[in-house]
Amino acid sequence: MADPLLRVENLVRSFGGIKATDNLSLDVVPGELHAIIGPNGAGKTTLISQLTGQLMPNSGTIHFAGREITRLPPYQRSRLGLARSFQITCLLPDFTAADNVALAAQAHDGHSFRFWGSARKERHLRDAAQAALARVGLARRADVLVSELSHGEQRELELAVALATKPQLLLLDEPMAGLGVTESARMVALLKELRKEVTIVLVEHDMEAVFALADRITVLVYGRVIASGDPDAIRNNEEVKRAYLGDQHVVASHG
Amino acid sequence: MKSYINARNVIVALVALGLTLLPAYSALTGNIFILTLFTRIVIFALAAASLNLIMGYGGMMSFGHAAYLGIGGYAVGVLAHEGIGSGFIQWPVALALSALYALVIGALSLRTRGVYFIMITLAFAQMAYYIASGLSRYGGDDGLTIYKRSTFGGLIDLSNRVQFYYLCLACLFGGVYLIWRIVNSRFGMVVQGVRSNEQRMQAIGFHANRYRLVCFVISGTICGLAGALLANNTDFISPAGMYWTRSGELMVMVVFGGMGSLFGPVLGTIVFLLLEEVLSQFTEYWALIMGPLLLLIVLFARGGIMGLLGRLSRG
Repeated sequence: MADPLLRVENLVRSFGGIKATDNLSLDVVPGELHAIIGPNGAGKTTLISQLTGQLMPNSGTIHFAGREITRLPPYQRSRLGLARSFQITCLLPDFTAADNVALAAQAHDGHSFRFWGSARKERHLRDAAQAALARVGLARRADVLVSELSHGEQRELELAVALATKPQLLLLDEPMAGLGVTESARMVALLKELRKEVTIVLVEHDMEAVFALADRITVLVYGRVIASGDPDAIRNNEEVKRAYLGDQHVVASHG
Repeated sequence: MKSYINARNVIVALVALGLTLLPAYSALTGNIFILTLFTRIVIFALAAASLNLIMGYGGMMSFGHAAYLGIGGYAVGVLAHEGIGSGFIQWPVALALSALYALVIGALSLRTRGVYFIMITLAFAQMAYYIASGLSRYGGDDGLTIYKRSTFGGLIDLSNRVQFYYLCLACLFGGVYLIWRIVNSRFGMVVQGVRSNEQRMQAIGFHANRYRLVCFVISGTICGLAGALLANNTDFISPAGMYWTRSGELMVMVVFGGMGSLFGPVLGTIVFLLLEEVLSQFTEYWALIMGPLLLLIVLFARGGIMGLLGRLSRG
């Protein structure tokens, strides 16, 4: 197996007496789409927050592209090529779609202590934004304010913003959340395209999507990894079936 | 192509034109008072515009902006008192001290957000106020008279009303132009992005506080210039000029005119100070009328005067 792009070792994070991340270890190899699933409260978002730096672990280490990033703040991780989308849409509501993406491109194009020239007239930033918007199918919505985009469009814009930072690794926190059937299908198709270019860690509740997309799946329960493997192995794993109990028919019937 | 001819832009252009022609009007009618009044208005407009940069565009509710008026003023007054009358020394010192103060205060207070930020900027400004009150060599509580305005080696005579007015106006227009460039620059986009959603800006790779701090320093420095102008205008400095009520008035001027609009603070200052002038001729309780007016603007005219004009423009 290739050297992992992301290596998480013995990560621990507790809130009061509750261990939200309990001695968790995980490898993501370049090029794979690695899905993380688990029942509600399994600690998926806590894990993502530690990977992106919003939350610091109590102990354990995180390595990204051969470099330890355990204590780095979010903006430095982004510089290294770690991008995320948020579970609850997190955009700049009073900016246009194009502005949102152009800012992401700007963040990775030198420092921004430039006080004079108009940023909106910088051709290469605008072009980069337009390209990322086109990737997610929002090219024609570039000049619309984010607050006026539909929920589905905002989810797609989240992806475009992440892509504009030219990431090596894309952390997607429930990109399907709140999407209708057709919008979900579009998102799955989009992710199928993106996975060819970038390594993806996908946290998702939509089992159908996960089993359709993932190369490997890691199952979390109470902050611990109870299983990790390809979709077939996970589908047939007894412990996973037990963890999902009521949901096991979902796990068994798709893919 | 957007049309630039609408009610808002026409009014902004007329106001700018009016400010430029005011000395001519004053000379024709022999009305010196109006020139004195508008010199004061123009200086406060510059201070309000600088506050708008952090408050309107940066989302940083500083409740201590009067401190810069004081620092800029004291730099001029103290140096004049010590026999250094040259504006080429006084003014750079005023700007540098304001920038330094903003850097220190900003580095400490930008660790906080919201109400705590308001309180900590207020606390620092009050400290500056009490320090000024304690400067017994420079008049303490009573303040200090400036016997000679800043000199610029014969380039410009600040004691000449018209020349001084145009200097203030040039500073205002220059300041607004600078803020316009900044707001639309890469830097300005980042600062406004952080106002809109700080978490998002961190996630895409911006060290938010570094940009906030630089913005805070730029704003403070511009306001320090207003302070140097104000001291020359009144020929007097005192701690009273940096009391927290003065910071509050600056905030009201910005909100009146429209937070986050380029020319709004200028209109807000004109309306605020004119109202104060007119109302105080009728009653010493003019604040009783000003207060409800501010309430009405906040409740019914989001975006202040500029917001109202914008809605007019769209019909």
